[in-house]
Amino acid sequence: MKHPNEEELIAYQGGEVLRHDAIAEHLTDCVECRTELERIDAVLAAFSSMPVPDPGDDYGRQVWQRIAPRLPEKRKRWWNFTAGSGGLTAGWLGPRRWAAVGAIAAVVIVAFLAGRATKQVAPQTNVADAGKVRERVLVMAVGEHLGRSEMVLVELGNAEPANAQQKQVNISSERRRAEDLLEENRLYRQTALEQGDAGLANVLDELERVLLDVAHSPQEVTPTQLENIRQRIEARGILFKVRVVGQELQQREEPSAPPAKQNGSAAQERNKI
Amino acid sequence: MEATGDSDAIAVERTLAGDRDAYRVLVERHSRNVFRLAYRMTGNQHDAEEVVQEAFLRAYQKLSQFAARANFGTWVYRIAANYAIDRMRQRKSEDAQREPAGRAGDDGIERDTMSLVADAAPSPERLAQSGQLAVHMRRALSELTPAERTAFVMRHWGGSGIEEIAEALKSTSSAAKNTVFRSVQKLRRALEPFVEGRGQAKAMGTES
Repeated sequence: MKHPNEEELIAYQGGEVLRHDAIAEHLTDCVECRTELERIDAVLAAFSSMPVPDPGDDYGRQVWQRIAPRLPEKRKRWWNFTAGSGGLTAGWLGPRRWAAVGAIAAVVIVAFLAGRATKQVAPQTNVADAGKVRERVLVMAVGEHLGRSEMVLVELGNAEPANAQQKQVNISSERRRAEDLLEENRLYRQTALEQGDAGLANVLDELERVLLDVAHSPQEVTPTQLENIRQRIEARGILFKVRVVGQELQQREEPSAPPAKQNGSAAQERNKI
Repeated sequence: MEATGDSDAIAVERTLAGDRDAYRVLVERHSRNVFRLAYRMTGNQHDAEEVVQEAFLRAYQKLSQFAARANFGTWVYRIAANYAIDRMRQRKSEDAQREPAGRAGDDGIERDTMSLVADAAPSPERLAQSGQLAVHMRRALSELTPAERTAFVMRHWGGSGIEEIAEALKSTSSAAKNTVFRSVQKLRRALEPFVEGRGQAKAMGTES
């Protein structure tokens, strides 16, 4: 047979059966091709011996500790109860969203119990009351979420190299938190949309873009890269919007505030942002 | 191996029955293997760790689809490969948008610290043949496209078949075969000047 080409030799080296016997036979007679195959072998053998850092004996336990809080229960499909009639669907819940769903579920329970304790809701809660509870839950949860987002953005604004010798700024903590917030943010934005709060959904949408930006930044950035991130945050005026909406939500949380009217006027104010 | 497979199967069944701690056994048993794959694919520890966590989260989420399969290790390995290639592609497009002249390789993979240090300060020890070769290998890998890197790692470290690689790459078998070939070809071009003339055994890093 004629000499096998490089592709055929590489496939042969990888154990491919096509023309295997013919190539093997050719190799016994052809020094040139044998040398070529040895060169391929040598490169692949070098890669086989390439070291990989050992994450340590304890690594499996560490992985478990990190993921365990994000694993949903297998049998209790409780998420069906957290979002009301027009709410979440199972397909909407990607694996990384579980932590956020868990957080919302916790807030739902707390808010529901708090609502019962302070307002002495009658045992047969009617649909309107359920709607108010849901709205309060969203208000509380989003308020807290905005607070945490604000903190990350402020910290980024103040970030600087750990010491004068370092040329890069480590923003891994902000980045990781932005990743977590991103998942929550998507849920809240979706819920706000479902509840017809377009203004809040818009602000959350803008926040999402900023969080995405941070979450996808390198762990360590140069001062110039950091400045670019800051400028993008500032250009959107997101910190200001987050603060305004946060304050507005705090007002909404006040039990004495007349809910319908307050919401209407607040929404108008916010939409002017 | 058989015993591990059996106890994996039991752990999977128990997890599916609602015993979440049974999943811990699987995570602790397979994390290091998945890490090795993830590190080879992503080229850095941070991304590798993220791939490991995401792979086990996804495997848990899809566990009911696994029931009929025999080998949890292989299954989670494939999930990790799928996620790692998505992650690398995502990185590549982000880096292309943000840092066209940045430090990352042209496939968007960060050069790991060791290779950067070695580039900056080539001490005599570090320049010892085997160490130098390791630096060149890391660089050659980081210069492959995400698909080529995935194909190479799955084929030559993971022992995966072409069909399995095609599935991870979401491509046809012949395209996957071609990607494997291209990856080996590129690595040859990059590495041969350093492996050349040193003989196969020496190339394996046994040279002192």
